[in-house]
Amino acid sequence: MAAVTSPLRACRGLLKELRIAKGSGYRNTLAYKHVLEQFRRNQVTERSADHDTDHALHAARTYLCLLTSTRLHLRLHERYHARGERTPEQVAGLVGLRLPTQPGGKGWET
Amino acid sequence: MMLRNICRYHRQFGEGIWPFSFPQRQHVPSLSTHLQKARYASATTERKKFYENVSISPGEGGLYEINLDKRKLKTPGGKLFTVSNEALAIAVATEWDVQKDTLKFYTMHLTTLCNTALDNPTQRTKDQMISAALKFLETDTICYRVEEPPGLVELQRNEWDPVMNWIEQRYNVVIGSSTSIMGPQIPEETKETFRQHLNSYNFWSLTGLEYVITQLKSLVLSFGLIDRHLSVEQAVLLSRLEEEYQIQQWGNVEWVHDYDLYELRARTAAGAMFVHLSSESTAVKRKILQD
Repeated sequence: MAAVTSPLRACRGLLKELRIAKGSGYRNTLAYKHVLEQFRRNQVTERSADHDTDHALHAARTYLCLLTSTRLHLRLHERYHARGERTPEQVAGLVGLRLPTQPGGKGWET
Repeated sequence: MMLRNICRYHRQFGEGIWPFSFPQRQHVPSLSTHLQKARYASATTERKKFYENVSISPGEGGLYEINLDKRKLKTPGGKLFTVSNEALAIAVATEWDVQKDTLKFYTMHLTTLCNTALDNPTQRTKDQMISAALKFLETDTICYRVEEPPGLVELQRNEWDPVMNWIEQRYNVVIGSSTSIMGPQIPEETKETFRQHLNSYNFWSLTGLEYVITQLKSLVLSFGLIDRHLSVEQAVLLSRLEEEYQIQQWGNVEWVHDYDLYELRARTAAGAMFVHLSSESTAVKRKILQD
């Protein structure tokens, strides 16, 4: 199974993830500087299959996968699993009904 | 060929919003929702963010510490949080740095792994971990083949056989696969070869490797990932092969399938990174070995 991501894509993906995660100050973070330094240090022409560059590229892709997956997982978690159940009033409201009110209270309530 | 279709399917629909998902964005949070949210966040899963800046600093013995504002990070067991590899320290610091108003510990996989290695709450030894890993080989996902439906049989053959061949060649062992419920018979020489190999890992790397094996449910795939033969996405896909097959047949349910997929990817990626970074630094490691 051949590697699909080129070093350029991996680098840009990493920087994009850091920007999404951190916000406007992402260029001052340790991670940003570390990523750029690593890519500059391992910069070889793409044709040479250096043992170390393969390791570095695999590490970069793994970190990119980590950042992307945690972000997407958290997004799905917030969207689907973080809000608990709806109250009976809300459930009724979904189909346009309202719960009946009983002014005297229900029979078994004190 | 089928696998390419699965990948294309994921790329097309993976991040789209199904028409049936309820309109969360129009839902105005009421008091009851806040209460419900509070109930789901216990002290062990979420906390308010109590710091502004995160940094790393070199500590004793060439180890790195994490600083949250002025305070040094500690493990849940009360020990000082130290790692031997600078890249790992930076990655952990980043995990803390990107947290917003609440700290979501379940997204901080690298921190969790470091805490486990530092505290060792279940008192695991290297030998225990190696034996557990070898035992897992007997129930390795790759070794269990189905007999029907034919589409899945072919998919398993096309996708799992190359990995099996790779590992058998790389380590000069015999593993084999089986369609029976008992699984394959792993020869003793195979286990011995793997035992020797696993012995060369230090305690931290073994902790990470054990984690990856537990996530992927396969020793073969974990080795493939750690030896950089597979990427994280590939390893996860192979681990979930039957699920992907069923998804292709019956459709994808975002809040289950994608949720599990991303969680598995995140955890596996964290484990792999942890193993690689823990085996990089040399002399300093010996000071934190728990042998």
